[in-house]
Amino acid sequence: MNCERSKKTAKKVFFLPIQILAFDMNIKENIKTLIIKRPLKLDCGQIINDYPLAYETYGSLNENKDNAILVCHALTGDQFITGLNPVTKKEGWWSYAVGPNKSIDTNKYFVICANVIGGCMGSFGPSHINQKTKKIYGTDFPVITINDIVNAQINLLDHFEIKKLFSVVGGSMGGMQVLQFVSNFPERTKTAVPIACTSSHSAQNIAFNELGRQAITADHNWIDGKYSSKNTVPDKGLAVARMAAHITYLSKKGLQEKFGRKLQERDDLKFGFDADFQIESYLRYQGSVFVDRFDANSYLYITRAMDYFDLVKQFDGNLSNAFKDTKAKFFVISFTSDWLYPTQENKDIVIALNAIGANVGFVEIESDKGHDSFLLDVPDFLEALKNFLDKSYIE
Amino acid sequence: MKSEYKIIADIITENARVLDVGCDDGSLMEFLKIEKNVDIRGIEISKKKVQTCISKGLTVIEGDAEFDLKQFPDKSFDYVVLGQTLQAFINPEIVIKELLRVGNKAVVTIPNFGHWKVRLNLLFQGTMPVTKTLPNEWYNTPNIHMCTIKDFFEFSKTIDFKIFKSLALINKNVSIINSSNLPFKNLFCELGIFLIEE
Repeated sequence: MNCERSKKTAKKVFFLPIQILAFDMNIKENIKTLIIKRPLKLDCGQIINDYPLAYETYGSLNENKDNAILVCHALTGDQFITGLNPVTKKEGWWSYAVGPNKSIDTNKYFVICANVIGGCMGSFGPSHINQKTKKIYGTDFPVITINDIVNAQINLLDHFEIKKLFSVVGGSMGGMQVLQFVSNFPERTKTAVPIACTSSHSAQNIAFNELGRQAITADHNWIDGKYSSKNTVPDKGLAVARMAAHITYLSKKGLQEKFGRKLQERDDLKFGFDADFQIESYLRYQGSVFVDRFDANSYLYITRAMDYFDLVKQFDGNLSNAFKDTKAKFFVISFTSDWLYPTQENKDIVIALNAIGANVGFVEIESDKGHDSFLLDVPDFLEALKNFLDKSYIE
Repeated sequence: MKSEYKIIADIITENARVLDVGCDDGSLMEFLKIEKNVDIRGIEISKKKVQTCISKGLTVIEGDAEFDLKQFPDKSFDYVVLGQTLQAFINPEIVIKELLRVGNKAVVTIPNFGHWKVRLNLLFQGTMPVTKTLPNEWYNTPNIHMCTIKDFFEFSKTIDFKIFKSLALINKNVSIINSSNLPFKNLFCELGIFLIEE
């Protein structure tokens, strides 16, 4: 979920940015968008149609149309998985895993990724204009769910005339989409790879998301979500939300090894509230770069979608039933130091699948990089993912 | 390929659903897939070996058979294979019961601690035997519950399971173990291979 991917400790002491302009939505020229005509009934009851779904593709679809992989992005990701993100001008969030000869080999597979609805990289989201009121949605945007996100994405498969994906892959919130996808469309994928995720968002994770939302809504520039019309941005609140979340993506050991108690360009403590420690400076930096590329209302909506995710409850307490109609081959991956989506929660998915005799493999990867491990250069993980996909493809 | 693979393959029926418990690097799984076209899954405790299995395209879950077999429903496999690992469990009794709950039948192979070399080793050296098949020292061996072929027969009576087939591997030759040749086999067989049922 950390899309800035492990920056070196910032050289300067960073302060929260003073004021940036309203989130720029006039960045469309680099964004491929599909206007979805088919009406979608959201879980909240509202029906949406003629809404935009922004997406990106990598590699090429073969003649049989059986080499497509749908990648589902996490909370703050977007459709620009690898290479240069044309909007942020930064490296794509999953460049380690996706590209020519990489785990998800774009020489071999046709990789599709859609910006989730509720997001801020071109898909239908709270920063869009409500055609009825001619005003920006803000908090008038309907609350969306992982189920809604997946149901919107299926239109992309129809657009490319792909009957059956080779695989659907995603980490964190992306993994939740993978689970929901297989549950909703059991026959539309050959394999499924949920990574570092859960079938039911935990109280701890809801708590962290709530902390982030409170930070945003407490910012006086949030103005009940109407900040765009006032030409302002709740950047301080959003940065704090990001900082808090960022800590949850790392591990204690990882933080200790990287930063320890190292001081930020100073020989001694300054007896003030400046960023004395490198970890403080690092977090401030992470917060500051985040507000440049992410919309505060989108953050509220997407975290809410994660909180509402409970596939166990959706199937009346029996997760196995979510997968009873699929023949898909699963590969579940977790990380030792991930305390946000710990191994046990991933194992619960494996257990539910084994209970119905589904085809499921599972490995817990050793890594001290925390939840963010799936986004980083963790060779054991990248190798396992590649091996699973490449071997399953020729089966 | 280990010499018992062929024997195990001969026991297992074509196209069966098989679970390999402690599947190691997946070489038996691969062999059974080719020989018997089985639908096979594995469970393995070592991360490294799970990775090897994945690189071979095998469906394996990382887990500890002592705790993780419970996720499989009753009789969800035709055969459950436990190759030379029973002695490594803290509680072999529970593991055997779990194997027979999960599988209709189980194939269990056991390195024979009653082999004459082991006996002589202990008799003359006076130290815990270290052999080619049991290369660890007493303090670092994972094999904490070694048994003999005779012990396994006794075990079947104590915890009440049926032994349908019992085969002995001696110098790569297979022979049948029965009650009359048991003392002999218990002295010369290196590996016992058993087909058991509840």
